[in-house]
Amino acid sequence: MNASLYERIGGAPAVNAAVDLFYRKVLADKRVSAFFEDTDMDRQRAKQAAFLTMVFGGPKTYTGKDLRAAHAPLVKKGLNEAHFMAVAQLLQSTLEELGVANSIVKEVMGIAASTIDDVLNR
Amino acid sequence: MAKITFEGRTVACRPDETVLDALLRNGVELPFSCKKATCLTCLVRVTEGTVPREAQAGLTETLQVQGYTLACQLRPTGSITIERAHTYDLFSPATVESIEPLAQRVVRLRLRTPTPLYYRAGQFVNLRRGDGLIRSYSLASVPRQDPLLELHVRRQDNGAMSSWLTGAAKPGDHVEFQGPNGSCFYVSGRPDQPLLLVGTGTGAAPLIGIARDALADGHTGPIAFYHGTRHPEGLYLREALEALALRHLNFRYIPCVSGPLALRATRAGRAHAVALNDHASLAGVRVFACGQPEMVHTVRRQAYLAGASLADIHGDPFDVRDLRATPRATAEETAGESNAAARRDAPPESAGPTRSFADPFSR
Repeated sequence: MNASLYERIGGAPAVNAAVDLFYRKVLADKRVSAFFEDTDMDRQRAKQAAFLTMVFGGPKTYTGKDLRAAHAPLVKKGLNEAHFMAVAQLLQSTLEELGVANSIVKEVMGIAASTIDDVLNR
Repeated sequence: MAKITFEGRTVACRPDETVLDALLRNGVELPFSCKKATCLTCLVRVTEGTVPREAQAGLTETLQVQGYTLACQLRPTGSITIERAHTYDLFSPATVESIEPLAQRVVRLRLRTPTPLYYRAGQFVNLRRGDGLIRSYSLASVPRQDPLLELHVRRQDNGAMSSWLTGAAKPGDHVEFQGPNGSCFYVSGRPDQPLLLVGTGTGAAPLIGIARDALADGHTGPIAFYHGTRHPEGLYLREALEALALRHLNFRYIPCVSGPLALRATRAGRAHAVALNDHASLAGVRVFACGQPEMVHTVRRQAYLAGASLADIHGDPFDVRDLRATPRATAEETAGESNAAARRDAPPESAGPTRSFADPFSR
């Protein structure tokens, strides 16, 4: 029997490790850091955790509708496909840095890519 | 849509709104300040309906069981009835024991309370004068070590409370206080973890408390306290801190002066820049930053990027009244005026000890 993607990747502890690295990367990346400028970093981190849980196929706490609502103000500020790709790259390098197997990285990136219309409110 | 009943009026709360925003949008004047669950200005009491736990975060248990909640955090799940906070539930009497100058514009205010206050070093209290004026001040004292509450007050130009405390106030004067508040304090455990403390101006007050608290708790890891001021004379309590460093080998005191004139053994530059420059990696370090909001935010962000875990980064920004996100129609018309009013009452306090704190009971 196949374990779920979420189980294979290591569950909540893996999400936590990934969030720390991922959020650091986006904050440090000038192309996209402005969109993550929230003075409440704890809330920002919680959002990232919810998002990563979703793309890791974890418990459904975050929906396409949530993604739309969460990103609508950013789209108004100019969030576009280039930004989406930049963040996707950072997610991929996060997973690679954590030593996640290639096949799993592909699966995760597939789910991430599928969110583009919701994220960009298209 | 959830309905909010307040003083005989019922207004609708939109799904994306807090109770505070809904009331403000409907022209109800509820005092508020930071909108971040820090200042507790918008405290209200729920008399009917469910109180979500997250709207009570940071409140004492005694307030929680009475239904107190922060309007700025309250997103009702159903219809509720709320009322204003009662003075007698919140404020306790205290007497001014002593006021002594620490620097040109800074005094040490000691308060005696009839019963000992249970608090953590680094928390803050809201001080209320007889006429209702309220300001927030961080505690520099440490429970069990100091019998009195100690606050550091920096005189602000046109600051109503700070001018009084550094001027006409005298021992024996009666005041009231509410608190303790805030979550910027030391907790036991991990005694060998390095601690990095960064404070500007009277941001030193909570940090001195936190450092002494950690040392008394048997903390063995290195504790570095960077205190920054613009002018050397602002480095108050310098001798006491140097003496503390002599008594405790793991405590280091690093005075920083950002202005032109640096004195003996001071570092040139802003405290947070010096501190972050000294620490290329902050992985595993517990970080505390108190004082100017901009500085606190920068430290949070930079410390996180330098490897500190978010759960290990504690900040106490000395905030001014936050007028953002008030209903647009009224905000645009009145923002300038309100800002000016807020400033008159609480002048640019970013370098100072007081948070603007509107009187929740003045109406």
